[in-house]
Amino acid sequence: MTDTASRELPLQEIDEVIIRFAGDSGDGMQLTGDQFTSISAALGNDLSTLPEFPAEIRAPQGTLAGVSAFQVRISDFDITTPGDAPTVLVAMNPAALKAQLHNLAQGGALILNTDAFNDRNLEKAGYASNPLDDGTLDDYRSYPVPMSQITRDAVAEHGVKPRDAERSKNFFALGLISWMYTRPVEPTLEFINTKFRGREQVINANTAAFKAGYNFGETAEIFEAHYEVKPAPLAPGEYTNVNGNTALAWGCVVAGQLARLPVFLGSYPITPASDILHEMSLKKNFGVRTFQAEDEIAAAASAVGAAFGGALAFTSTSGPGLALKGETLSLAVSLELPMVVLDIQRGGPSTGLPTKPEQADLMMAMYGRHSESPLPVVAPRSPADCFDIAIEASRIALKYRTPVIVLSDGYLANSSEPWLLPDVDELPDIGVEFATEFNGTNEDGDGIFLPYLRDPDTLARPWAIPGTPGLMHRVGGIEKEDGTGNISYEPENHQLMIDLRQAKVDGVDVPDVEVAGDAHADLVILGWGSTWGAIDAAAGRLREDGFEVAHVHLRHLNPLPADLGEVLRRYRAVVCPEMNKGQLCDLVRAKYLIDVEHIGKIDGVPFTTGEVTSAVRKRLEELAGS
Amino acid sequence: MTDTSITPTTQPGDWASDQEVRWCPGCGDYSILTAMRMLMPSLGTEPHNTVFVSGIGCAARFPYYMNSYGVHGIHGRAPAIATGLAMARPDLDVWVIGGDGDMLSIGGNHLIHALRRNVKIKVLLFNNQIYGLTKGQFSPTSEIGKVTKSSPMGSLDAPFNPLAVALGAEASFVARTHDMDRQHMMDTFRRAHEHDGAAFVEVFQNCNVFNDGAFEGITKKQNRDANLIPLAHGEPIRFGADGEFGVIDESGCARVVHTADVSTDELLTHDETKHDPSTAFMLARLARGPFEPTPIGVFRAVRRSEYAMASTRQLAAAQEKQGTADIAQLLRSRGTWYV
Ligand SMILES: Cc1ncc(C[n+]2csc(CCOP(=O)(O)OP(=O)(O)O)c2C)c(N)n1
Ligand code: SF4
Ligand SMILES: [Mg+2]
Repeated sequence: MTDTASRELPLQEIDEVIIRFAGDSGDGMQLTGDQFTSISAALGNDLSTLPEFPAEIRAPQGTLAGVSAFQVRISDFDITTPGDAPTVLVAMNPAALKAQLHNLAQGGALILNTDAFNDRNLEKAGYASNPLDDGTLDDYRSYPVPMSQITRDAVAEHGVKPRDAERSKNFFALGLISWMYTRPVEPTLEFINTKFRGREQVINANTAAFKAGYNFGETAEIFEAHYEVKPAPLAPGEYTNVNGNTALAWGCVVAGQLARLPVFLGSYPITPASDILHEMSLKKNFGVRTFQAEDEIAAAASAVGAAFGGALAFTSTSGPGLALKGETLSLAVSLELPMVVLDIQRGGPSTGLPTKPEQADLMMAMYGRHSESPLPVVAPRSPADCFDIAIEASRIALKYRTPVIVLSDGYLANSSEPWLLPDVDELPDIGVEFATEFNGTNEDGDGIFLPYLRDPDTLARPWAIPGTPGLMHRVGGIEKEDGTGNISYEPENHQLMIDLRQAKVDGVDVPDVEVAGDAHADLVILGWGSTWGAIDAAAGRLREDGFEVAHVHLRHLNPLPADLGEVLRRYRAVVCPEMNKGQLCDLVRAKYLIDVEHIGKIDGVPFTTGEVTSAVRKRLEELAGS
Repeated sequence: MTDTSITPTTQPGDWASDQEVRWCPGCGDYSILTAMRMLMPSLGTEPHNTVFVSGIGCAARFPYYMNSYGVHGIHGRAPAIATGLAMARPDLDVWVIGGDGDMLSIGGNHLIHALRRNVKIKVLLFNNQIYGLTKGQFSPTSEIGKVTKSSPMGSLDAPFNPLAVALGAEASFVARTHDMDRQHMMDTFRRAHEHDGAAFVEVFQNCNVFNDGAFEGITKKQNRDANLIPLAHGEPIRFGADGEFGVIDESGCARVVHTADVSTDELLTHDETKHDPSTAFMLARLARGPFEPTPIGVFRAVRRSEYAMASTRQLAAAQEKQGTADIAQLLRSRGTWYV
């Protein structure tokens, strides 16, 4: 087995490929996709991935509901999305084909495990006739491969029970794809050895299946060529590959270090946020305490308690959980304690589409609490940005003593990209001082502590934690007198406190707008959160096609950048793609009286570059015509 | 039962905040507050290391009146707030105060989970069998058929027995006291304080405005002898002015008997340390309501791993195994490559 093919097949250089591995949820497609991603990352490609999980844990085998997929795009140029339509689909059974074929680009390549196309599986997938020979696949390049059989033969000599033999077929597929795209074999062999350490038979079987796949490509005379995707011109440095949830969890852990505070996470499991709880639970050596609460209310309440005690407190959830946390967040707003809420948005209402992304919690984050209960809201724009946003949210929470909501979503949560590791010494210091001294005097001239005496610049109140001698004080949800924090029902005081809480949040230091692309264009695309990749790529395409287009992407949603209104007013048209019914549009319209045109999509699938491109192109053409 | 080993560094007055107490005149909450302020100096803790956490209700105003740290939270959530605080700060002395509606209705879920986790918080439930703050609706401890503004024809709800709930939630410390006996309150609160884990204390509390006299039948001076059964660890359970009554275990049910009718060794000997909670449960259910002989004191006090400390041990074990915090290492933990 060498890197060059023995049959002297032509080696074609291509600039990118988008591969989608699809199979039954038990087929190991995520593992296969992950490993292909790692090898490609090490080769220096730019890449972006998008896993797709079934909502049911153990949907019946072979059914459409049980299909699990992993899309990976690798390229020799800078990319920001996992790609619109895969150019290669690996389908391990009829259900995977049926569920995924519509995604495949016209003329795309299909690598099919023909052994799985028996009557039983065809019926389970809802095929009346066999798509392999009824013309269904005529528009594609099909490569039928008897994967199950070859895998069984390959692993036979390792004493694997016939029942288990086929379980290695994902490694066969990985081997075949590795050959097709001239990936080195050693990293995968090493990976198999580490991953299955101590289970000799499994190592041998997977190794044999992987090699069989690779050799099949070389020797079976069904492929016309194999391909090479050269490294991308990425900024030099050390990279890792993370998904958004991992980056967010690490950001929270690191924020604790940067603030020199112990980290506390109160959480109740919910898709797609649970992985944050899982990841942070593994970081106990950083002094991170995780608490799996009895519900989301308790999760948020425990964070309030921990914050009162002086911890950097987090609570992670998805939409249904954020709804439950509302009252507790109002308490945190009133107590003016720092904490960060991570909302990994998913399709709703109610249970909705738990494994699919949506951006429809923006209004809930802004206003989903009783009374006037303002708090800062931020949103990451890419998987790697999740790391920075966790630190930024913590910075704001600590500096202004306020709960902050981070709006990520199910797409960022699970998709991954190469991340140029930050220089640890360059990370910001977000530490704040606890109060340890009296800050006022009573009528007798004695020193006293005023828990609601504000910093004149930030309007933050002092954070005096229990254990500090002399500064005993009580905080509560009943309206507090300015300064003393004592219960007060005075009308003027309530107005004052309402105004102060609002002014504090309005005054959060938020960087000015950055305009990407053609600052002087007629049209600007306004976006927030995970649509960044698709918008950025769409703007790039439009520019290639000769259009001028600007792109403003918001990471801070409350408060909005101070110059946003002024910047948006420079354009004849402002369009805003969002995975909702126009929530940012409404916010911006209401605040600036600027017409923001909504480009909506709420089908549980992230915007493709093509969708954004054509919607914006249409508008650009109208502008040109008018 | 006064602890003489501790020289008080504070006086009861040091534990009183400067806030005017605003309960209705005659409310049972006053005497509980006094008992707490009087007890505190002898516990060996300082106001700055003490936190009172509460939910919402009349009872929940308690933290404002103690000169310690305090959080007046939201309705029902005090046990959850306190759990986060006690986990983040195992060094603190954390008390949770709430009413029967706060802790058994809206916050019932948080109460049982805090108790089963055995996080070191001292939970005092002021049971007045009514919603005081919202002006007199029936509560989860009100007797069936209670006529209130929201139940003009009588409530249909069967009540909770707070101690039975706590025992069912595997609480490691369960006790009951009442607002008419300061010394008994102080002794019981002290025992709760000394307990290394979650402690649950039901305090019978008179709401003289909306449910006056609810416990009079058993807590009024002249009724106490005949109707309060003081539990004492290791001793046969007897009560009455001359010990003329006792409690026996009759095939798994506690029953009140005339001591004259049984031999002394037939009487139930109270063992608060018994791991099996069945006997405590049986005693908790001895009275059907506050109108017949009712045990008070410590029902159960057993040792069980404390939650915050267990969490601290995990942190230490993880540091031992994975090494202490290293950001650079964390960022490289999934493998890296160079471009
Ligand atoms: C979310 C929410 N629901 C309802 C209320 C109204 N409320 C305040 S206190 C209370 C019940 C109080 O009864 P209890 O807990 O027994 O305390 P008590 O006043 O009797 O001491 C209710 C229903 C509230 N404050 N918050
Ligand atoms: S309403 Fe009842 S419980 Fe509340 S303060 Fe008045 S007497 Fe006490
Ligand atoms: Mg009550």
